[in-house]
Amino acid sequence: MEYILGIFELSAINLVAVLGLSILTGFTGLFSFGHAGFMAIGAYVGAIVTARLHLPFVAAILAAGLVAGIISIGIGRLTLKLKGDYFCIATMGFGEAIRLILNNWAWVGGARGWESIPQFKGISVSLPFIVAIISVILVWNMVNSRQGRNMVAVREEELAAQMAGINVMRTKMMALVTSAVLAGIAGALMANFVGFIAPKTFNMTKSTELTIIVIFGGIGSISGSVLGALLLTALPEIFRAFSDWRLVFYGLAVIVIMVGRPQGLLGGMELTPAGLRKAAAANKAKAALLAESRAMEKRGEI
Amino acid sequence: MTQFLQQLVNGLSIGSIYALMAVGYSLVYSIMNFSNFAHGSVIMLGAYFGFFSMTLLGLPFIPSFFVAAFGSAIIAVSLERLAYKPLRDRKAPFLYFIITAMGASIFIDNFVIATIGPTPKMYPQIFAQGPIMLGEIALGRIDLAMFGISAVCLLALILFIDHTKMGKAVQATAYNMKASALMGVNPNFVIILVFAIGGALAGVAGVLYGMKYQVFPQIGAITLKSFIAAVFGGLGSLPGALLGALLLGLIETFVSGYLSTQYRDLIAFLILIAMLIVRPTGIMGKNAEDKA
Repeated sequence: MEYILGIFELSAINLVAVLGLSILTGFTGLFSFGHAGFMAIGAYVGAIVTARLHLPFVAAILAAGLVAGIISIGIGRLTLKLKGDYFCIATMGFGEAIRLILNNWAWVGGARGWESIPQFKGISVSLPFIVAIISVILVWNMVNSRQGRNMVAVREEELAAQMAGINVMRTKMMALVTSAVLAGIAGALMANFVGFIAPKTFNMTKSTELTIIVIFGGIGSISGSVLGALLLTALPEIFRAFSDWRLVFYGLAVIVIMVGRPQGLLGGMELTPAGLRKAAAANKAKAALLAESRAMEKRGEI
Repeated sequence: MTQFLQQLVNGLSIGSIYALMAVGYSLVYSIMNFSNFAHGSVIMLGAYFGFFSMTLLGLPFIPSFFVAAFGSAIIAVSLERLAYKPLRDRKAPFLYFIITAMGASIFIDNFVIATIGPTPKMYPQIFAQGPIMLGEIALGRIDLAMFGISAVCLLALILFIDHTKMGKAVQATAYNMKASALMGVNPNFVIILVFAIGGALAGVAGVLYGMKYQVFPQIGAITLKSFIAAVFGGLGSLPGALLGALLLGLIETFVSGYLSTQYRDLIAFLILIAMLIVRPTGIMGKNAEDKA
């Protein structure tokens, strides 16, 4: 039972980071391979606050989000003007640089990692869940606000968005900072949930994993990200018995999804009554349009 | 002075391997405009192909290279056909290509771990022990072979690209796929050709790298370096990839020689970030606006 609960807690922690990335990749269309770097910053800041400064967990979580957010502003200033692949490569370089700095920093354990970080006690079980739920609500509100609509506009057509009076740089920066803050908070949760952190936990594979969850769940869908985080964190754990083969199938599943259902599980759709009605209406309109054009074709009008 | 020359030799040797890997990346990028992150896995498979053709099949040194190059080329082309072609047909954004490449990389690496196993394997001893002394400078025999074979492959590639009709077709497609298709260049053929060339070079690089160190499923991680080299020189530019790779090899050996081995990778990544900020198109890259 405790094991199963642990898996769900891990899913909740991953979800917090994935939600941030969903804002950045899913809604704003910026592609990062370095978010494990922000998680690492959060994890180490959180560990320093609890293990070295002996402050409570809430302080650790807040500090982690704050530091990750501040660093992301600097990184955004430098990299957000880059396009496509170049932004993605720059974030990758940033993530790896963070990892290598931590590797060489003996005060926080260096490459061997940092053991015996104080773990959640008392409200232990609920803390990751509480943070995850709060994050879902905040992100949901953000996406359905003016800011969220601006982000989607930037994703769809940057030039047109700019013409329509949207401050593209500011919108991108907001998305990056939000995602970094959430990744940092997830890192702090992780450090205090596992009780052990090492730089190699936050390598490029971790960054990729987060991005894959966002794409798997569906671009531009919060409920997709939630579902993706739950499924893709829990499934590998459940199939731990097939240890060597589970990642083989994981890789295969990613390819199959990309090739077969590129919009992901719930691309652009939300699992709420309103969202489902909207999706159904869109489907119906599409089918009607198709039938109409077929009929026209039959009558020989086109 | 001796130390300087020694570092120079070592740097060129490792840089030439990076170059073999980087041109594969760069070729694919120049045509398809996406970073083929599965390239590292192809290199890893190349190292295994070479290893098994030497140990299981008992083939000598040179034929093993051909086995590895051929095997890797087949893998690279099938990856294109099975994973990238459907995306291409749908005109999917570059993001989907990258994710698919990542998925393919996870798949191949873990498939090798599950079937062959994670333990590192040693190539059979091919060269005599002990370096060749050139005055005060020690030239490792494997390092010499690395440099020589890479140089031959890269020279052949440059001749092919610059002086054959097919090479011209690749250049034209990289410049403008639509226009060259209208002039009768089959883009599908060029894409397959590019993946085959990149794969074959990856195979050779894999064998050389495996010979110098060991063969293990995570060997592909080294391509991150070749990738930095490609960005450094300018994504999509062949001479840029060559120059970037040699420079990166030299910088790395000089950093580990004069500073510390621990900071080698960190400095490589910091250079990458600095380059992207100052001049994202790299030393010889095309205009970034066109590549967005």
